[in-house]
Amino acid sequence: MIFRHATIEKNVILMLVLTLITVSIGGIVQIIPLFTIESTIERVEGMRPYTPLEQMGRNIYTREGCYLCHSQQIRPFKDEVERYGHYSLAAESMYDHPFQWGSKRTGPDLARVGGRYSNDWHVAHLVSPRAVVPESVMPAYPFLAERPLKYDDVADHLKALRMTGVPYSNEMIAKARADLEAQVNPDADPTDLLKRYPKAVVGKFNGESPQVTELDALIAYLQMLGTLVPISNIPPERLRQ
Amino acid sequence: MPTKIEKDAITGRDTTGHEWDGVKELNTPLPTWWVYTFYACIVFAVVYAVLYPSWPWLSGHTTGLLGYTNRTQLTQDLGEQAKGRFKFVDRIRTASFEDIRKDPELFNFALAGGRSAFQTSCVQCHGAGGAGSKGFPTLVDDDWLWGGKIDQIYRTIQFGIRNTNDNSRQTMMPRFGADQLMTAAQVAAVTDHVLSLSGKGKSTPEGAKLFQDQCAACHQATGKGNQEMGAPDLTDGIWLYGGDRDSVYRTIFYARNGSMPAWSERLDPATMKMLALYVHALGGGK
Repeated sequence: MIFRHATIEKNVILMLVLTLITVSIGGIVQIIPLFTIESTIERVEGMRPYTPLEQMGRNIYTREGCYLCHSQQIRPFKDEVERYGHYSLAAESMYDHPFQWGSKRTGPDLARVGGRYSNDWHVAHLVSPRAVVPESVMPAYPFLAERPLKYDDVADHLKALRMTGVPYSNEMIAKARADLEAQVNPDADPTDLLKRYPKAVVGKFNGESPQVTELDALIAYLQMLGTLVPISNIPPERLRQ
Repeated sequence: MPTKIEKDAITGRDTTGHEWDGVKELNTPLPTWWVYTFYACIVFAVVYAVLYPSWPWLSGHTTGLLGYTNRTQLTQDLGEQAKGRFKFVDRIRTASFEDIRKDPELFNFALAGGRSAFQTSCVQCHGAGGAGSKGFPTLVDDDWLWGGKIDQIYRTIQFGIRNTNDNSRQTMMPRFGADQLMTAAQVAAVTDHVLSLSGKGKSTPEGAKLFQDQCAACHQATGKGNQEMGAPDLTDGIWLYGGDRDSVYRTIFYARNGSMPAWSERLDPATMKMLALYVHALGGGK
């Protein structure tokens, strides 16, 4: 018998071929489902790539490790839906690179935090969490309000994201810097920005500083979270997997 | 190669028959309980794979005989919960505030529901129990920016203040200093006048005149404020953004335009009604 231990162990080539076959089966089982991943993303309206300012804010969110205490994933359970809102859809994080789902909630879930608080609240809370929520254990981030946002390379960030599959157009990349500045300037005309990025929240979030600060970018990102897909208009049957 | 299987004198077990330089190996089988647990796990996995969604396929995955998904389960759970609360929630949705308050059982339910919703959605700004903090009004006193009657509170909860909702309460205090509507010296004069309204410091004729020209339209000549405009009473010594000279100066120079989300975009009418009743009952409801 060719598959007897004694035979295989004494024949290097046979052992090599059989090892390869065994390992390939394991690989295929893990890889094949990824080809069908598209089928797990709901077809919903409203998702768009993040604005340059939101994306820079997202980079700060990642840099500061917010995901270590805040998840961005509302699971389809009664208690979570009652507290945080409609459960998260796969489509809602399809432009996340890397995703920020998180696996631990020392703080609340942030998947639908957009629009839930005022910009002033976010400024007060990030600068000194205990000022507004006395029982909070969140660290303070006052330096974000003082550090100017470094965004001369914002177009490169969008280009890199395009390589991973985020559909930034040439126009979006060319106008990245202008869009970023328009979003943080309440006196500018936001028509162009809103045409490229519907529902973008325009405003000088951190009113204390005339510069574009890291806090501005982070708040712009937070105010967008969970607001893009008009979720209450989607019939539940369409979300059944 | 196995040579000779023999019985070990000490343990009473057979050897495997292997022998290396005189060292022999005992043939000790796995414990029976372990082997059967292992088989049971395999059987469980097979049953699970048949009943529940499990195997990925070229387009999608097997759905399982039970047709279970988290999402349909959730719809069911929420449906059952709504049925359990229906008796009260439906009446709260349809009844007037007056009628809810007259029915002790319903009123109690509304207060409890309001408290729970308040803890989820409101405490972050208005503080535990509605105590508020700098920039975020306390809800336990009877000093109201936009009115403390139950209908006014309900409206504020539904549509919020200075947000993008079409029905939001919208007024804007000008940035008198920052937008150069007044010089720094004028702002300082108005600051003195505003402080004098609550008995702190002395007003000047210049400050009084500027106040009448620039501020009285919203805050009224007396400084008593106007709830239609969300313009606070400046005479009562209650300060949302601080009542020291520096804070008041900054308020006039840069303006303060606090905002609140429109909760009708997130909460259902019954929950908002319960919230209005709860906030109204915190102590200051008119």
